[in-house]
Amino acid sequence: MDITRFISTHRKLLLVGVPILIILIFLATFPLYGGVYYTRLLTTILMYVILSVSWAMFSGSTGYMSLAPAAFFGVGIYTMGFLQSTLPFPVIIPIGGLFSFILALLVGMVTLRLRGIYFAIFTFGLVVFMSEVVAALESDLFGRVGQHINPLPDETIFYAMLVTAVATLLAIYFIRRSRLGLSMLSIGGNEEAAEHMGVNTTRVKVLTFAISAAFMGLVGVIMAPVKVYIDPRIAFSLSYSFMPILMSVFGGMGQFYGPVVGAVVFAYLEKTLRAQFPQYFMLGFGIILILVILFLPNGIAGLVPKLQNRLGGVLAKLRKGGEAEQHANT
Amino acid sequence: MRILEGQGVNKYFGGLAAVSNVDFHVDQGEIVGLIGPNGAGKTTLFNLISAALPISSGEIRFKGQKLNGLKPHQICQVGVGRTFQETKIFGNMPVFQNALVGAFFGTPTRISGADAAREATQALDFVGLSAMSETPVIDLTLVNQKRVEVARALATKPELLLLDELMAGLNSTEISEAMELVTKIRNTGITIFMVEHVMKAIMGICERIMVLHHGEKIAEGTPQEIAANKTVIEVYLGEEINAGS
Amino acid sequence: MSELPRLIVSGILSGSIYGLLAMGLTLQYGVARVLNIAHGEFVMVGAVLTYTLYTSFGINPLVAAAIIGPLLFGLGFLLQITLFRGLKAWAPSQAAFEGNALLAAFGLLYIISYIALLEFGAFPRRYDWLNYVVEFAGMSLRFNRIVAFAVAVVIGVAVYLFLTRSRLGRAIRATAEDPPTAGLMGVNINMVLALCFGLGALLAGVAGSLISMLIPVSTTLGFRNTVIALIVVVLGGLGSVPGSFIAGIIIGIVSSLVTSFWQPVYVVPVYFGILMVLLLARPAGILGKK
Repeated sequence: MDITRFISTHRKLLLVGVPILIILIFLATFPLYGGVYYTRLLTTILMYVILSVSWAMFSGSTGYMSLAPAAFFGVGIYTMGFLQSTLPFPVIIPIGGLFSFILALLVGMVTLRLRGIYFAIFTFGLVVFMSEVVAALESDLFGRVGQHINPLPDETIFYAMLVTAVATLLAIYFIRRSRLGLSMLSIGGNEEAAEHMGVNTTRVKVLTFAISAAFMGLVGVIMAPVKVYIDPRIAFSLSYSFMPILMSVFGGMGQFYGPVVGAVVFAYLEKTLRAQFPQYFMLGFGIILILVILFLPNGIAGLVPKLQNRLGGVLAKLRKGGEAEQHANT
Repeated sequence: MRILEGQGVNKYFGGLAAVSNVDFHVDQGEIVGLIGPNGAGKTTLFNLISAALPISSGEIRFKGQKLNGLKPHQICQVGVGRTFQETKIFGNMPVFQNALVGAFFGTPTRISGADAAREATQALDFVGLSAMSETPVIDLTLVNQKRVEVARALATKPELLLLDELMAGLNSTEISEAMELVTKIRNTGITIFMVEHVMKAIMGICERIMVLHHGEKIAEGTPQEIAANKTVIEVYLGEEINAGS
Repeated sequence: MSELPRLIVSGILSGSIYGLLAMGLTLQYGVARVLNIAHGEFVMVGAVLTYTLYTSFGINPLVAAAIIGPLLFGLGFLLQITLFRGLKAWAPSQAAFEGNALLAAFGLLYIISYIALLEFGAFPRRYDWLNYVVEFAGMSLRFNRIVAFAVAVVIGVAVYLFLTRSRLGRAIRATAEDPPTAGLMGVNINMVLALCFGLGALLAGVAGSLISMLIPVSTTLGFRNTVIALIVVVLGGLGSVPGSFIAGIIIGIVSSLVTSFWQPVYVVPVYFGILMVLLLARPAGILGKK
């Protein structure tokens, strides 16, 4: 096949695909030259990318605000804690996802039959609930609260996170374009109408919620060896609910890439600000969240169409100006 | 054949009866109108048929099958489609996707993406919206949004179509076009049950009319019979006098 | 088993504070339609300020509550007319507004708790006021708990009477039922919403003052109190003020019994069990509308 013809017919695919391929190669080889600090930073960024995109997949499309990511993340962490001596790391990862999936299924079946407010309340409390249940079980069964996690090499954790991120993003990308994705969107558009067009809204909501929770569980398992020591407070920290929400809202829940942008920005900010302004940065994030909800409800991604319009207008004017000159010169 | 039948249908909200002991039927192929003053219980009755609200007592049957206890999505898949009084379009999608949702999920058996796309395109063609497939629905005029709702419902391949105040807010030309559309739909074999306030439409295309007042059925008959019915006239005149004073 | 009466009384004493706590939250949701998950932070602020006023200025907690209440009322009032009203104005639908308000409250949670953390520090501190035991009907109870109970009941009843007997209270209830109609009948909706949000914050602050009398104060007590308040609100029925108070008493009794017959660490799991059963059987709660 002729190269130039190949390029022109597959322009759109190459425009997006080539940069992504370059990024992937860059990421895959990063630990070789990146250094420990930046490898760990990248691991954290990828973690937040997965958490944010998963959160947005459900809450962004259906409009049901889940405050539970920290609960599912924590399930992943404790799965690693319980199984680290019994099973190899790559096997524990999907198990953590499975446990989170099951928990989300239970929560969903109870609450997603009802109005969104009950769902929000339940998911908010779920984080505290899991924290206290795990604490109770630990002290009852083992006589102590908290445990040590055997550390793993930075590269192992990084690659585990990278593979999981790629898998998650691919899965969510295809789900969004599938029938399931359309049904989720219809629920977000008008749930009553969706039901009357044949969408089994409860089943769609519960399934999607569980899938998004599974991804969060995967991430929890991978992050456990990074934390080295875990206890219910560390594992079920509310900030793992707050940050993905902040990132998705900032980046824009409507578009696929919105939460990714938000994750990169705030993961980087968190790591750098935490060193310099340990308490103030969370305060700043809270303020930013409120400002974004008020003034930029569609996030950065929501600005893109507006920018495209402005840019298109400017380009059109330039083109017209150029044409006018040409006409004038002939 | 009676495609839709209701016996002793009741709906209570607290102590208030919104629908009170209503018997009704719709024969296949008919266009039946449901009229009555505001608050008479018309939309409530539709909501009971489509299971948007649970019925307090009584039975509703579609093609002989009891609808009690089914959920809205099941009722749609059984063959009952509907539109809504306040247009409930999917505001986060373009026109085509709205119809696509109906096509994908409105049938009891799973259909392929290609088939669904075909059904959606056909439905949009039928209502005259093919030129606007890519337009976001929120950018459309009211009459076109209503067309989207109809196309979406048609894409679910209904045998019975419930139209809730389709003509509300439309001007005279649009009403005539809508009347044509409704007749066209019936002529493809779909039975129509419509709630309406616009008398021109009701008298123009309905073969039979039911009148509700305070949740009770007070009259039923052909347009001529209803127009001459003393009770109906009083009820509507009474409304006008109250509205005027 | 002879413990039972004392446990129940003890539960009622704590429960009255939970009830007060929940009343504020249910008002904010029932009228302003904001699920204020930062509610517990207002409680924490009330507790922290009471501690500071008592230990630094010798002002007793009840007087402190009388100061803190109006202060937090003003804060809540301001928040409603700026933040939440802005959200309502720009939201494409009611569902979108409630979702955004929820997330905004999440942001508020972090802002308030971190400001408190910066000013006050993290570690718990306590003070003692009226912390001695008295004999009542053959039971040994701490006097400060009885005082807290009395204050909670008085305020709870006052709020109930205000909502049911006064003109403003009727306007509030009309707004909760049907905002457009209430507006048509001449109710200043914006004022009512702001008032209710402020009232909710006031009740949270006062509850915080009462709580500070009984347990160590820390800047992290907000979150847990929000969760308890949420469970009480659902149990009582979203939007029902008397329901919240009754549910608060029930939860207080449950807490007392679980702590005694089982272990303190199982209290929240039991609350959740109750919540789950509730959502499965009767989501409307005790006094909620179906």
